[in-house]
Formats: sequence, C-alpha cells, structure tokens
Amino acid sequence: MDKSKLSLELYKKVYLIRKSEETIIKYYMDDDMKTPVHLSVGEEAIAAGVCHATGKDDQIYGTYRNHGIYLARTGETDNFFGELYGKKTGMAKGKAGSMHMFCPECNFLGTSAIVATCIPLGLGGAFAKKYKKEKGLSFVFFGDGALEEGAFWESLNFACLHKLPIIFVCEDNGLAIHSHIKDRQSFKSITDIVSKFGCNVFKEKSTDPEVIHNLTLEAIKKQKENGKPCFMHLKYYRYLEHVGINQDFKFGYRSEDEFKKWLKVDPVNLQRKKLLKIGFSEKEIKKVETEIDKQIDKSVELAEKAPFPDCEEVLTDVYS
Amino acid sequence: MRKITFQEALNEAMIQEMERDKNIFVYGLDVTDHKRIFGSCKNILEKFGKDRCFITPLSEDAMTGMGLGAAINGLRPIHIHQRVDFLVLAMNQLTNMVSIHRYMSGGKVKVPLVIRAIVGRGWGQSSQHSKSMHSIFAHIPGLKVVLPTTPSDAKGLLISAIRDDNPVIFLEHRWLYFTEGEVPEEPTPIPLEEPNILQSGDDITIVATSWMNVEALKAAEVLAKRGVSIEVVDPRTIAPLNDKLIIDSVNKTGHCIVADNDWIHCGFGAELAARISEKCFNDLKSPVNRIGFAQAPCPTTRPLENEFYPNAVNIIREIEKKLELETTDLSREEFYSWEKRFKGPF
Repeated sequence: MDKSKLSLELYKKVYLIRKSEETIIKYYMDDDMKTPVHLSVGEEAIAAGVCHATGKDDQIYGTYRNHGIYLARTGETDNFFGELYGKKTGMAKGKAGSMHMFCPECNFLGTSAIVATCIPLGLGGAFAKKYKKEKGLSFVFFGDGALEEGAFWESLNFACLHKLPIIFVCEDNGLAIHSHIKDRQSFKSITDIVSKFGCNVFKEKSTDPEVIHNLTLEAIKKQKENGKPCFMHLKYYRYLEHVGINQDFKFGYRSEDEFKKWLKVDPVNLQRKKLLKIGFSEKEIKKVETEIDKQIDKSVELAEKAPFPDCEEVLTDVYS
Repeated sequence: MRKITFQEALNEAMIQEMERDKNIFVYGLDVTDHKRIFGSCKNILEKFGKDRCFITPLSEDAMTGMGLGAAINGLRPIHIHQRVDFLVLAMNQLTNMVSIHRYMSGGKVKVPLVIRAIVGRGWGQSSQHSKSMHSIFAHIPGLKVVLPTTPSDAKGLLISAIRDDNPVIFLEHRWLYFTEGEVPEEPTPIPLEEPNILQSGDDITIVATSWMNVEALKAAEVLAKRGVSIEVVDPRTIAPLNDKLIIDSVNKTGHCIVADNDWIHCGFGAELAARISEKCFNDLKSPVNRIGFAQAPCPTTRPLENEFYPNAVNIIREIEKKLELETTDLSREEFYSWEKRFKGPF
C-alpha cells in the first residue's frame, strides 16, 4: 500500500476510536447507555495497527475492552451505538452491551468480560481454519492480566503443539483493574517464556500505529513461513479508570506524571502530526475528521431514536 | 431387532455420524488409547484418522473453549471426558462462554458442541470419580442436558445431540455401558426433549434418571407380583425439560417418587416436585417424594458406599409407605450387583 495512504487509513481508524470513546464520555452521564464501559482511550495504536493488518479471512477475538478493536475491524458505528444504548438496532439487539461486542459478518467472533476466556475461542477458530484448510489467521486480544490465567497457558500450549494459525496479541497496560503487574507476576519477560513453547515472539512499546501495523505484518509473514503461532507483546497506557469515563489519578494507585509522559506520544496526535509532516494539509485532515464526526453523530442520533427490543426477546436466542 | 450394548450403541452413533458429516471430530483425554473410553471410541481413530480423533493436553478449560470456537466456525466437536468430575475444570467455559455465546450474539451464531462425560460408580470410585452434577448443568440456560438410560437411547439421543445446533452435555452412567438392548442398525435419531415411558402403570409414577431407571424397573418388577402397577418415566433430557408426559402420568396415578442419580438437595427432584405440585395439585394423593444420594461426598469403602447410593429396595420401601402397603419380604429377591461385572480399577 502507498505509504501516505496507509498513514491516512490508520489515522482514520485511531481517530474513529478516539472520537467514539469521547462521544460515549460526552453522553454517558445522561444514563441512556446503561452498560459498563471499559474505554480504549490510549490503546488506539494497537487496535488500529493490528486490525488494519488483518484481512477478511482473519478472525478477531477480544475482551471487555473491545471498542477499539471492534471499531478498527468493522468501521461501523450504527450497530455499535445501538448496542451501547441497548436498542433493537444493536448488533445483538441490546443483549450484549459494551462488554460483549460481536460482529460475525466481520469475523469479529467474540469478546468476554471474564479475563482470558476468549483465548480458547480464538484457539478453536484457528483449529477450524486448519481443520478445514481455510485461509486466514485467528487474532486473539487480551491484557496482561490474562497471562496469570490458566486458560492462556493451556491455549498457548495447544496452539504451539498443533501449530495452529493464531496470533496472540497481549495488550499490556501494566494494570489489572488497579493492581500493578509487579505485584502479580513473578516473571520479568513474558516473551522469553512464550518463545520456549515454540512460538514466534514480537514485542513493542511504541504508540505509533504504523509501527504496530508493520510489526503485525511481520508476525503474519513469520507465521506463514514457519507455521508457528505468534505472540505479540504490546505496551500501552490506559488513560482512564478501569471501567467508566473518568480519570482516576486522585486515588493514588498510579501517578499522573506517568500519564503525562505517555500523553507526549499519544497515538492519535502522533499519527496526525505524521500526516502533516508527509504533506497532508490541515484542511484535508479536518475534512476526514469531520466525516467521522458526522458518522458518529448520526449513529448516536439513530441509537437514541431506535426502539428497545420487544419484551419477548428475553427468551429468544437462548437455544437455536 | 439385533441387540447391542450401551457402549456399542454410543460407538455406532459416533461412527455413523462421522461418516455422514466430515465436520464432526472427536477429542479428549485418552480417546485414542488402547481402552478407547471404555470401548465407546473403538475404531474411530482407524476409520477417520488423527485429524478427526485426537487426544488433548490436560487442559479441560481451554479444550472446552476450543470446542466452542470450532463450533461457531462450522465444525461439530464431540469432547469426551472419562468422568463428569473433570468437567468442573471447564465450568468457566461452560457457564460463562458456551452457554451464553448464542444469546450474546443476538442469535447470530450456533453452537453445535457435544460434551460426553461418564458418571462413575462403585469399586472405590470415591468422591471425585462419581459425580453426576446434572442439576448444576441444567440450572444454566443455554445448555442442553441429556442422560440416556437404554442402549437404544444411547444411540438415538447421541445422534440427535450431534445434529443439534446447541451445546449438549451428554452424561453416561458407567454401569449402563454393560446393558444390552435392541438398537436399530440404521442411524435413527431419537428427539431430544421427549421423555420415555419405560413401563406403563396405574398406581404410582416413578420418575428416574440414568441408572436409577434400572433400579426403578426392578422395584416395579418386584411389586408387580403383589399387584402394584408402577409407571416408570425417564425424562432423558432434563434441560430444557419437557414435563408433559410426566405431568400426565402423575395426574393419572396421583402418586410420584423422583429417583434421581444425584444429590437430593437443590437437585432435579426438587425441580420436578415443584412442577408437579404446581400442575397436579388437585390430583395428588400424596406429596412427591425424592430419592437420591446421601447428602455427603461419595465414600470409598463398600459398606458406606452402599449407604450412599439409593437402590430398588429404597424405592420399594418408599412405595409401600405411600400406598400404605405391608412390608414386602424381599429375602428371595435377587437385586442387581453389577459390581460382580465391574472389577476395578475403573
């Protein structure tokens, strides 16, 4: 892909995520979105960088902090806001809410609010690809907390044993709700350990979406070369509280100074500056942003106006 | 019709279904070893190869989620456990993922996943190799829970479970593996969610699950000699529960005992007793009684194990009390002692 076009596409994705999350923040106190939100602010480079490297045959599995990857993968906001507002127009008719975003049409096949529980699903998706000799990879997103769950190690072991087409994407923000990684993990380098399973490993601290995108392409290439699963260890900083729309530095479990350091390399600003540097005009960028703003505003309006699901829906979809 | 064992019926169902649909695969600990899950997986590796029949690491949780991931991607996995007790290690996947995934997708995905697990008993199986736990699984919306009793049900219900687009927990009592019965050679599905009247009668209804049907039929045989007519109803699928046949039976007889192969407290018998009291209140001649495991972990030593498990004699005595009959002399009756066939260790 043309370098400048890639930069623009990645900017569109990070901007869509940031703006969508800001829109949730703007309206959340109206109390019409009655669903706990774990916002992706700060995580945009990973969501956009990895998802932009995926093709239509690839699958995505994620966590409760899924807005970023959902938006980066689907690009759509009508069903997204419909779901947040609990309306019939949501992708799961309001049954799923923020923590269970889902879009089988885009091979976005499951997100979960129990840490590490979607990893085995992604394993099954990868298994199905190998079994049916189908193209594509299974991308499984999870946080650093998942590294303490048995499901992660069980899945890693099986994936490596059977050489399944899977990319494990660890989004490491150093926090499990409010618990620091140093108080939870005895190991220093997860990539060292994972590599011993026969897994290709990659690690990156950059918040530059292009760096993450290129690293993902490298992982995909490596997986195709040697058939082994890949593990990507990617650092980012969670700007807001674990769940909700507020900053939480006043509670003292982490310092605002650290946040300020990360803010200097904010993924959205970084990518915007890059666009200016490679020759996009302020006007051109503004035009792209306005289009996305309009898309989101329209989706919010639709979601607000949409009807709630019929009461009978409580008992549908339990069984096929 | 030809007769085969319960174990052969399970084996035949899987082989015939796997011949029909290449998306079916079988996996679990020891499915390819020399014992082949008590014979139920015989010849599957040889016929279908290691891509469609393979052993797994000891990772019940991830392997269950793997089955879910495969199922939503067009495959039809059959995951097998030598004991139900091992499924406890997969409860997170079962309750938080497998059972909810269709609902949380707004009905967009199907989950055709079968989980076969064996209920152990006897010869010192003790507290971690003897649980059935069907009421726990049945409590969770989104799961189907099936307990076959006869060889015919083993085959017909397993075929239906495999063809079903929902997750099905299929619980097989180890002692039933030896039982023989008429089973059609052709793959003939028996619909899930249809109870089976194992024996018709007019005086009292016994609703029994799994092995307890064998005990109930023995009790019925003994009391028939005294002119007591007992109806034995096997619900077969306890979730979702179609109770119509059971309700009709109790409305007819006015008496009911639930003989469950599980603990009584908060169990399937409690659910059924509640339904019967709601739906048969005016026709009931006595309260619904429940028979089940002693409310304790399963002990190892034989005398305590005998106290732990209910049997045909318990059912006979309960019926006598309900119908105000004199105590039957059972000294000349021969009751099942499957332990003679069931030498250890498994």
